[in-house]
Amino acid sequence: MNLGEKMTLKTNLKNLLLVIFATLILSACSTAKKSGDIDGDVYTGKETVEYLASGVPDRVFFATNKSSLTTASRATLRKQATFLRKNKNLNVTIEGHADERGTREYNLALGERRANAARDYLMTYGISGKRISVISYGKEKPVNPKSSPLSWSQNRRSVTVKVN
Amino acid sequence: MRIFFYIILFNLILINRSYSLIEVDITRGNLDPLPIAVSPLHVDIKSEGYKDIKIKELGDNISKIIERNFKSTGLFNPLKKDAFVQKPDIAHLKPRFEDWRLIKAQALVTGKLLIKNEKLKVEFRLWDLTASKEMTALAFTTTPSNWRRVAHIISDKIYERLTGEEGYFDTRIIFVAESGPKNQRVKKLAIMDQDGANVKYLTLGNELVLTPRFNPTNQMVTYMSYFRNMPRVYLLDIETGTQEVVGNFPGMTFAPRFSPDGKKIIMSFAKDGNSDIYTMNLETRVVERITDHSSIDTSPSFSPDGKYIAFNSDRSGLQQLYVMRSDGSNVKRITFGKGIYGTPVWSPRGDLIAFTKMHKGRFYIGVMRTDGSGERLLTENYYQEAPSWSPNGRVLVFYRETKAGEKGKGFSAKLWSIDITGYNERKLSTKTDASDPSWSSLLSK
Repeated sequence: MNLGEKMTLKTNLKNLLLVIFATLILSACSTAKKSGDIDGDVYTGKETVEYLASGVPDRVFFATNKSSLTTASRATLRKQATFLRKNKNLNVTIEGHADERGTREYNLALGERRANAARDYLMTYGISGKRISVISYGKEKPVNPKSSPLSWSQNRRSVTVKVN
Repeated sequence: MRIFFYIILFNLILINRSYSLIEVDITRGNLDPLPIAVSPLHVDIKSEGYKDIKIKELGDNISKIIERNFKSTGLFNPLKKDAFVQKPDIAHLKPRFEDWRLIKAQALVTGKLLIKNEKLKVEFRLWDLTASKEMTALAFTTTPSNWRRVAHIISDKIYERLTGEEGYFDTRIIFVAESGPKNQRVKKLAIMDQDGANVKYLTLGNELVLTPRFNPTNQMVTYMSYFRNMPRVYLLDIETGTQEVVGNFPGMTFAPRFSPDGKKIIMSFAKDGNSDIYTMNLETRVVERITDHSSIDTSPSFSPDGKYIAFNSDRSGLQQLYVMRSDGSNVKRITFGKGIYGTPVWSPRGDLIAFTKMHKGRFYIGVMRTDGSGERLLTENYYQEAPSWSPNGRVLVFYRETKAGEKGKGFSAKLWSIDITGYNERKLSTKTDASDPSWSSLLSK
């Protein structure tokens, strides 16, 4: 074996290692993407989302035990407000939901608070409160029945539903 | 945390009265339950048939229910009948004490029954085998179809005589029977005897129903229903089946409970994102607001003297327990431990508050004194909540859920009970999944 051959073997090994590294990083990226559907513990994905109209998502998501609206939630609700302004005869119900990791009665109250947070925001964009009713289901109607952080984040939600 | 259990037997012979006393100490729980022999009740041969009751087996069946009741307390060890040394009728007249002692029994229950003219006549005796004495005896008459209750009443009398505490066997539990997949649960109100017999469904499952609670003074129940998609508190008379909405609130009412005198319902009313506590007097229909705070105030529970209310609030940021006077004044936070707390329920004895605690993803049922001191966690699990007290304040019933896999697979909800000593944890057998249990008062009181 001469020196040249040794060198190519070395570079070949290096390349192999690089490839292995790159694969590892890529696979890490793909799992990171999945857990990237949760920011903090607020769901940011689209898996369970339905649409009131094209480009108008029907729901927003909340952090554990919280009813404050995230930046993304506000953007969604502004789209809903625009949609409701265009459809003046349309009334909606906002359903408030909680995940299963809390006591039933507290979750009923929490769902009501979440639904009202969404309603209040729509009202600040000029939608009459008379057009928006609110109902809390607490933890009674999970959209994803699995017991996992991802499904809990999908279940902590308020959903705007057309009533007519 | 758990106190170890043992039994103290007193065999006292008082000089001038000359009676003896077996006593079971239930305040410390029990690792060495009292061996008790429950002889089948002797069936009088003059007994007449009654409907579908199998008269020949009735004495056996009653004694089996008594044995099951005793076993469920963890305080007694009912002995196997094949070791019994005397026929039921003879033992009932006068046991051969030394023979019963040979099989290591310390107490003996005997009895006889007769059905005649559509009446069931029962008498029973409790014998102290160590002191060779009769401890208590009772006879009563009822309609034959009440035979299961007869077994429970006998169990209560014996439990009372041996522990010095009121029994809790002649009672019922109201709960929510659950079926169907986890994200499309069908929930019905259901009621059963404390031992799981006589299950009846009180609603059809057309609407979501939650959190039924017994009136401590009668057979009324308050619960929450989504009838017509309006979540409201309802009042239900189990005897007549009539139900009505409680109060005319313009929004969701929930978390109802009766006051100890049974005359008021205390509950939460949620409006505009804020839940506060209200009472409604069932006679005058007068509604009173008890809390006025921008936080969530819910899960109210009266003290048995009616002077205080324990409740759940997140006014400090997260769920904690509070106690206030029944007019809403003098609010005091009582939980400062690690974790968050929910569902405070005042013991019928007045000395303790049972609660649900959540800490690091685990759920606990515990008890604490009414000022929040002396916290004792009785049981830890993946998910459990909603304790309800036995009428004598010795046992808690609650529900427990399992972790669900993909599409909700493996999910179940069951009722469990545990002694306040932290001992004797038991699953209650229900045909369907079950949640939100509430224990009645003694029916025969």
